[in-house]
Amino acid sequence: MTDVVATNQTILVVGGGISGMTAAIESAECGKDVILVERNPSLGGRVSQLYRYFPKLCKPSCGQEINQRRIMAHPRVRVLTMTEVDKIEGEAGNYSVTLKTAPRYVNEKCTACGDCAEAISAEVDDPHNFNMKKHKAAYLPTNMAAPQRYVLDPSIIGTEDAEKARAACKYDAIDLDMQEESLSLNVGAVIWATGFKPYDAAKIQPYGYDRFDNVVTNMEFERMMDPFGPTGGKLLRPSDGKEAKKIAFIQCAGSRDRNHLKHCSRFCCMASLKQTTYLTEAYGDDDDASATIYYIDIRAIDRFEDFYQKVKDDKKVSFIKSKVANITQDRESKNPILHGVNTEGYHRYDDEYDLVVLAVGMDPEVKADEIGCKVAANTSGFIDAHADDAGCGIFGAGCATDALDVNRAVQNSTAASLKAIQVINKTAGAEA
Amino acid sequence: MSNTAMVKKYRNDFLREVEEKVEEGDWVRMCMQCGVCAGSCPLGDAWEHPPQEIFMMIRAGKREEVLGSDSMWMCTSCYNCIVRCPRELPITHIMHGLANYAHRLGLAPKANPTRRFAKIFWDNIATSGRVNELKLSLGLYFMDGFGNGIKKALAMKDVGLGLLKTGRLDPMGLFKAGGIKDKSGLQKALKKAREIEDTRKGY
Ligand SMILES: Cc1cc2nc3c(=O)[nH]c(=O)nc-3n(C[C@H](O)[C@H](O)[C@H](O)COP(=O)(O)OP(=O)(O)OC[C@H]3O[C@@H](n4cnc5c(N)ncnc54)[C@H](O)[C@@H]3O)c2cc1C
Repeated sequence: MTDVVATNQTILVVGGGISGMTAAIESAECGKDVILVERNPSLGGRVSQLYRYFPKLCKPSCGQEINQRRIMAHPRVRVLTMTEVDKIEGEAGNYSVTLKTAPRYVNEKCTACGDCAEAISAEVDDPHNFNMKKHKAAYLPTNMAAPQRYVLDPSIIGTEDAEKARAACKYDAIDLDMQEESLSLNVGAVIWATGFKPYDAAKIQPYGYDRFDNVVTNMEFERMMDPFGPTGGKLLRPSDGKEAKKIAFIQCAGSRDRNHLKHCSRFCCMASLKQTTYLTEAYGDDDDASATIYYIDIRAIDRFEDFYQKVKDDKKVSFIKSKVANITQDRESKNPILHGVNTEGYHRYDDEYDLVVLAVGMDPEVKADEIGCKVAANTSGFIDAHADDAGCGIFGAGCATDALDVNRAVQNSTAASLKAIQVINKTAGAEA
Repeated sequence: MSNTAMVKKYRNDFLREVEEKVEEGDWVRMCMQCGVCAGSCPLGDAWEHPPQEIFMMIRAGKREEVLGSDSMWMCTSCYNCIVRCPRELPITHIMHGLANYAHRLGLAPKANPTRRFAKIFWDNIATSGRVNELKLSLGLYFMDGFGNGIKKALAMKDVGLGLLKTGRLDPMGLFKAGGIKDKSGLQKALKKAREIEDTRKGY
């Protein structure tokens, strides 16, 4: 790690999701040196947890692989995984930053052969799958992981399993003596791209996410469709493992609600519309499969109206204009029952489903006012990209600045990259 | 139709009236018609028009239908709707505000039991400063005539006896003056409060 060199001509990118990767590669391809730090053991962020992404419904591996290759191959980008910013001080053109890197216990000799995982028995929760599944304590974070390198869970260090893993490695890649490392750097500008976290569904008390097995979040639903996910790519009910065919989607679960998130999270209407197509994928034209979307109004923002129209034409899909009041559960079947009033005609309903998907919105992963150094927060805690940032060389990118879909997050990150480059160029000009 | 006639036809005077005259009425325009209040109301079907429909009717200028409706008299102040409203509208208070406004204008449904109870309750407490349970319940039983009153009182006699036994009902309440010390002070305060409200709301 001692070979990390940085100067006030370097741009630090914090967060290695689609936004951070974009900002890093754009800056590097403009000739700037970049250090990209990511807290997880792999790049990719939340996009790597999706099954498909709208509007084209391709698998995330598609866009992501290209970006990861560009980054890994670029001589000007240095990627540090399992790393967080501990402290940041200074001003535009001159920041001192302290980074902290957690031990991975696996070095760069790893070939991702998997022998270490084979050799051990301990299992731990898999956060990539929202803990709906466990994986071995020696693991590859995802199939698409970049870098393609295993990780040892700290819980097995000092146990027999750790020794077994080391013994099984043919490449001398396991280093059980690794320690947390701290690194101090000087950089000229910072791009903050720490993204979002799904709003905590348990806080929406009337929906009973914490009480009812068959109420899941939209993110969990994405994982269920993934062949490598917790249900092997099948839409199975958490309560009894039976196939869920009659599925309800509740929009604005937390968003546009002053008791929860003040903002519209923008992507969730499209995400649910997209997820109705998963039913066709799973069940073909099985008449028993149906999706019902409960909504206040459908916001297929921007160019996505045609996507909405297409879903509307699908006979399996119906729409009910209503914010669901509450959910109860049938004791025997564990079926969730939705209660509310359809505002088109003011009809009361008590509708029973196999599975309910809450379209939860976005909270910032790191609150803007916790970053320091004059970074301004908007009313929802995202970085306020429009605030008077005179003198501030820290620029938000992607979902750290607002609830955005990939398309907008990427545009936004390119803009952040340009702002950072300007700071670097000014600093260089002043010194010349 | 001439332009001014059209403007007149579509100008919604009723929304403005509600905003100006009804307690918390200025919130009505904030409703986004999500329906969570209607779905959360435990009285559910008892309403002819659930809150979000009332708000829409106000915006549509349906003055007679709204003020003559008994819907807002159905509210039991459970506050479920306030707690869940994504825009934090004080729905319970708006319902009471509308009911009160309709009552003052003499447009509220005359026979509505909630309205009549509210009136008896108010007269009871405003005279003495304390609720006299016996006077209140008798007033309520006999509001539909003597015969009916006896019937109702008999039906409720077990509850009444229970209250008596536990000292919650004073059998001599009918004859005692009771109430707070400074009754005229209270009445002055209430009169003043009413004056202030009337000036504020421009009655
Ligand atoms: C259910 C669901 C479905 C969706 N479907 C679609 C879709 O079909 N199409 C579409 O366009 N969009 C979709 N989206 C939106 C999409 O996921 C986001 O637009 C995208 O993930 C934003 O990328 P990002 O890089 O800004 O943030 P993230 O993906 O959140 O990445 C942030 C990265 O920063 C890292 N990080 C966080 N904190 C720190 C820290 N302190 N230090 C270092 N690193 C840190 C994280 O580990 C992560 O890798 C969907 C979202 C959800 C929830």
